[in-house]
Amino acid sequence: MPPLLRFENVTKRFGSFTAVDAVTIEIEKGEVFSLLGPSGCGKTTLLRMCAGFETPDAGRILLEGRDITGLPPDERPVNTVFQSYALFPHLSIRDNIAFGLRIAKRPKNEIRNQVDRMLDLVDLTPHADKKPAQVSGGQKQRVAIARALVNKPRVLLLDEPLAALDLKLRQRLLVELDAIHDEVGITFIYVTHDQGEAMSISDRIAVMHCGKVEQIGRPAEIYEAPRTSFVAAFIGDTNFLDATVGMPLEGEFSRACVDGLGEIVIDRDKPVHPGDLVHLSLRPEKILVSREQPSAGPLDNAVQGIVEDVIYFGARTRYWVRCGEWRLCAEIQHRKFLLDEQPPVWGDKVWIRWHANDGYLLEQYHSEDETLLTLPDED
Amino acid sequence: MQKRRAEILLTLPSLAWLVAFVLVPLLIVFFIAFKPSLPQGGIGEGWSTAAVRALANPSYPELAWRTFWISALTTVLCLVLALPVAFYMARLAHAWRARLLLLVIVPFWTNFVIRVFAWQQILHAEGMLAQCLRAIHLLGPADSLLYNAGAVVLVSVYTFLPFAILPLFAAAEKFDFGLLDAARDLGAKPLRAFVSVFLPGVRQGIVTAVFVVFIPMLGSYVIPDMVGGTDSEMLGNKIAQRNFNDRNIPQAAALSGALTLAVLIPILLRRRRCNSSDSTMKPSTR
Repeated sequence: MPPLLRFENVTKRFGSFTAVDAVTIEIEKGEVFSLLGPSGCGKTTLLRMCAGFETPDAGRILLEGRDITGLPPDERPVNTVFQSYALFPHLSIRDNIAFGLRIAKRPKNEIRNQVDRMLDLVDLTPHADKKPAQVSGGQKQRVAIARALVNKPRVLLLDEPLAALDLKLRQRLLVELDAIHDEVGITFIYVTHDQGEAMSISDRIAVMHCGKVEQIGRPAEIYEAPRTSFVAAFIGDTNFLDATVGMPLEGEFSRACVDGLGEIVIDRDKPVHPGDLVHLSLRPEKILVSREQPSAGPLDNAVQGIVEDVIYFGARTRYWVRCGEWRLCAEIQHRKFLLDEQPPVWGDKVWIRWHANDGYLLEQYHSEDETLLTLPDED
Repeated sequence: MQKRRAEILLTLPSLAWLVAFVLVPLLIVFFIAFKPSLPQGGIGEGWSTAAVRALANPSYPELAWRTFWISALTTVLCLVLALPVAFYMARLAHAWRARLLLLVIVPFWTNFVIRVFAWQQILHAEGMLAQCLRAIHLLGPADSLLYNAGAVVLVSVYTFLPFAILPLFAAAEKFDFGLLDAARDLGAKPLRAFVSVFLPGVRQGIVTAVFVVFIPMLGSYVIPDMVGGTDSEMLGNKIAQRNFNDRNIPQAAALSGALTLAVLIPILLRRRRCNSSDSTMKPSTR
């Protein structure tokens, strides 16, 4: 069975700038598929090509096997939820939602029933006769979703739908969006630069960078098994270690040498040979920090270091630990709070420990992606 | 209280200007309409309703109707031409917008009467345009491009087009063109999106454009005088005729006053209706 939607080698240039570069993606019926990436990565251009607002310079877009590349937006069975909502200011909420059905010249009572159903779905029945300017940002967002969904599109395109809202509202609407998806069962394509949003709502995610797809996979796959250093750094936070592969150990493990840190054990989840240079991604939450030397098994790595920075986030604490020439980030989840607990503080000598399984070898590594390694913004 | 005083003080100069140069002259016009006229021209002593009663002249309704339709036609044509111009100008890059805007304003640098004279030349019976049209039999040998209602409408549209473009452009510039994408996305063809999203979006600009074209057109005098004929005499011409030819200043004043009231009363009524509907809407707007 063909996929519901297929981007086939789609390329789009603006002048000399290639916004989307030979992208091939297949999206299955009913899934929530996210296009995730930093601004300028081409995700919105890809979405606009799907909606029909841009025409690809090369490649095809197939919907249910039918080539829709050249169709104008009004002839495509897809609808968009715009980032700025783009609600018609001169129409009431009800008339905004009815817009598509009126264009399609559906019978009056059908329009009324459908609109009422949508108003109920997004919980806006009491506001039906207000103008968009008279409702809140979150309500506008829901109107935009209802206005698109009422046309029963084959695919619903959401262009950073929550970007203009504050954090609490964003979290609530994300849950609502998920509930709406479960109820209507329509395929969603969700464009966002917020990895948290993408992770929590998506069945699958395509991480985009510079017009190219870096990796497509389920959220956990993307997080735990990033294919490139860009994905590893963009999704969550991570530490990158450069290592030289040493002698193999039993199973799929190997010794490796990290300059300025020492000998470690790595999981050979990629076919590597002694002498190869590899890049290891090590998530902060996989690293344990303790004052005492931990009891380390043969597959554990334990390194001594000095705490250089401590950031307390409430639920967890983030440590920056200087180990030789490396500065590693570790994050400790607080499970219980003990008054007499003496957590490591600035300047303390500590041990950090991780299991060989917790590191992940990257297929592709670009040193410039390390610049993505920043503190998470806490909004 | 202090703020209120400052407000009054700041409004005073413009208010004084309006009173001195609009309200007082207007009142003088109304005042003269109730004066007797002297046979040799000029205004007599005492009061008289003769000039106002002369408004019942049987030729006036036809004149008023003609003035109305020439004005209305000109307004509609101006809107039809100005809307696409405003639409495309607002979508241009900033630098190009400024250049085109300049082109729209450039005609103002030439005296209005001279531009109408130029039209007289263009439309002249022996002019190139007329000769060309005659050569391809679009114009009969006895037909004229000049001195008819068509010429009046043409030159009026030419004259007032910038006045229609400017407010429409100002409104279009503020219009969120993303709304057109939304309309297309919801299945609307380009024209449908233009009509049901763009036009309501620039509604205020349309209202302004109608006002700045239609109202001056009602008082139009120079254009019908210079390129119009007997079939296109407008109220403005009649007022001028009463004033300069008949030397009957009260009658001219009565006609002017009637025209002014005909324009003002609908506007004031509309204003009041808007205000009252605003106040009923207030409680629901939060």
